Amino acid sequence: MSESGTSPKIQTTIETGDEDRRDAPLDARETVIETRDLDVYYGNEQALDGVSMEINEHDVTALIGPSGCGKSTFLRCINRMNDMIDVCRVEGDVEFAGKNVYDDDVDPVALRRKIGIVFQKPNPFPKSIRDNVAYGLKIQGYDGDVDERVEESLKRAALWDEVSGQLDSSGLELSGGQQQRLCIARAIAPDPEVILMDEPTSALDPVAASKIEDLIDDLAEEYTVIIVTHNMQQAARISDRTAVFLTGGQLVEYDDTAKIFEDPEEQRVEDYITGKFG
Amino acid sequence: MSSESNETASLQRSGFVVRKERLYGRLIAACAVLTIVVTVGIILALSGRALSFWSQISPIAYFTGTSWSPVIAQNYGVLPLISGTLIVTVCSAVIALPIGLAAAVYLSEYASDKARSILKPSLEILAGVPTVIYGYMALVYITPAFKGVFPSLRTFNALSASIVVGIMIIPMVSSISEDALSAVPDSLRQGGYGLGSTKFDVSTKIVVPSATSGIVASYVLAISRAIGETMAVTMAMGMSPQMPYFPDLFRNLAESGQTITAAMVQIANADSLGTGPTYEAMFALGMTLFAITLTMNVFAELVRRRFREEY
Repeated sequence: MSESGTSPKIQTTIETGDEDRRDAPLDARETVIETRDLDVYYGNEQALDGVSMEINEHDVTALIGPSGCGKSTFLRCINRMNDMIDVCRVEGDVEFAGKNVYDDDVDPVALRRKIGIVFQKPNPFPKSIRDNVAYGLKIQGYDGDVDERVEESLKRAALWDEVSGQLDSSGLELSGGQQQRLCIARAIAPDPEVILMDEPTSALDPVAASKIEDLIDDLAEEYTVIIVTHNMQQAARISDRTAVFLTGGQLVEYDDTAKIFEDPEEQRVEDYITGKFG
Repeated sequence: MSSESNETASLQRSGFVVRKERLYGRLIAACAVLTIVVTVGIILALSGRALSFWSQISPIAYFTGTSWSPVIAQNYGVLPLISGTLIVTVCSAVIALPIGLAAAVYLSEYASDKARSILKPSLEILAGVPTVIYGYMALVYITPAFKGVFPSLRTFNALSASIVVGIMIIPMVSSISEDALSAVPDSLRQGGYGLGSTKFDVSTKIVVPSATSGIVASYVLAISRAIGETMAVTMAMGMSPQMPYFPDLFRNLAESGQTITAAMVQIANADSLGTGPTYEAMFALGMTLFAITLTMNVFAELVRRRFREEY
């Protein structure tokens, strides 16, 4: 299930059996990312403390918890975006498709081509809408029909109908919600296997946010989605599994979303979910 | 009762403060107005004499003449001087624009804090070297060094002049461009890395294009500086106006020449400064130079607006 995801292969899997797998019981899905005893430090400060978790392919996995609990740090460890922070130190394993991404022979650039990311604040490049979506294809030397791929990606990001007539105008001219969908289109255009989302709706108004939520549900048909959110209702609505991080960078509970929100094992989690803590 | 009167007193408008504020306002305004007055004064002084020159020498002869020899032959064709200025400007730009931008990219994207703390002051020192020293450098070191490679090089030549002017304007390109590059928000870099960009991809395909307006502004300012540069080119390139050579383009660099600015220096240094056309030619040249740099600056502003991005 962890093949390198060139376009035709993905297309085939969609046609042949993706729906079945999405409908399969959660436990039956295959693990695509697995962390073991993951510790992360910023200088002397510990941001993650022994996090071990398995993330299933084609799940939407939500990471929730109060500010400073390490959920964004965890997300950025997966595709090594933390490499850019000088004081950041990572210990433990993050396995993607069975390979520890922190091994010396792993190229973080290649890793990020398989694990894309969408940020909290929409950050389209000051380029045309077309060039924004085509950027990832161009740097990766995509030799297919770029325009076709741009159209396909914008359609998947539910933005095509709104921008199809203005592909040459700047991405910065779009509204905040449209910009965020443009960023999602940009992230999916090179066809990664996993999409990380770091609070993708927190800078948006409720209507724009709900469009993104619908979109995330669709994206899970083809991609594995891991989303950090502050919004517990959002986690409950869109995710298959939910991981609750609490202060200290510990993963306190990780289970099916329904279980977390209806009958959590840990009292602390219940307190957090019901608003008594955090 | 007494506290009430105190409060009233503290609310009282003080005539002294009002007058002081007014005085400060006027002093500041006067400084701003001074710059306008000086600019207008320069334009008037230049254009009065220049028009007087063009009433004696026809503008057609001036702008199309191919020989400049104001003192000896009374030839007032400006084309050889424009050619000299263009050769130096283009060649110095070829040197300075890519190197200056590369230095800016290094400073903004690659350099460690330590490297930056050494490089930035060095560039400022480079910018602070008096231009007359650049002139010496060209004459005493660069020309002899290149003569070994190109024996046809004259003692005064456009090549050395272009090289020193190029070096001279690198700090201008790099410091203004670096400001523009540093102003590109980090979120765009993160976006680039998140899509699997290398550092070079992020620098060249995201940061540099996002900073286009500032980079172009630095280019135009640097080119304006090269056009107006006087001392170094006078020393390095000599005082013999030449029409450009075709098709042997390298010969243009090997030969000596004269720029507009150098010609003005030559007239100003002449022993007898009459009031005739020879003297007034200096003002016509000044107008010409002024028109060229003004055009460049207006162009820079247009480009800056065209490429300006609100992130």
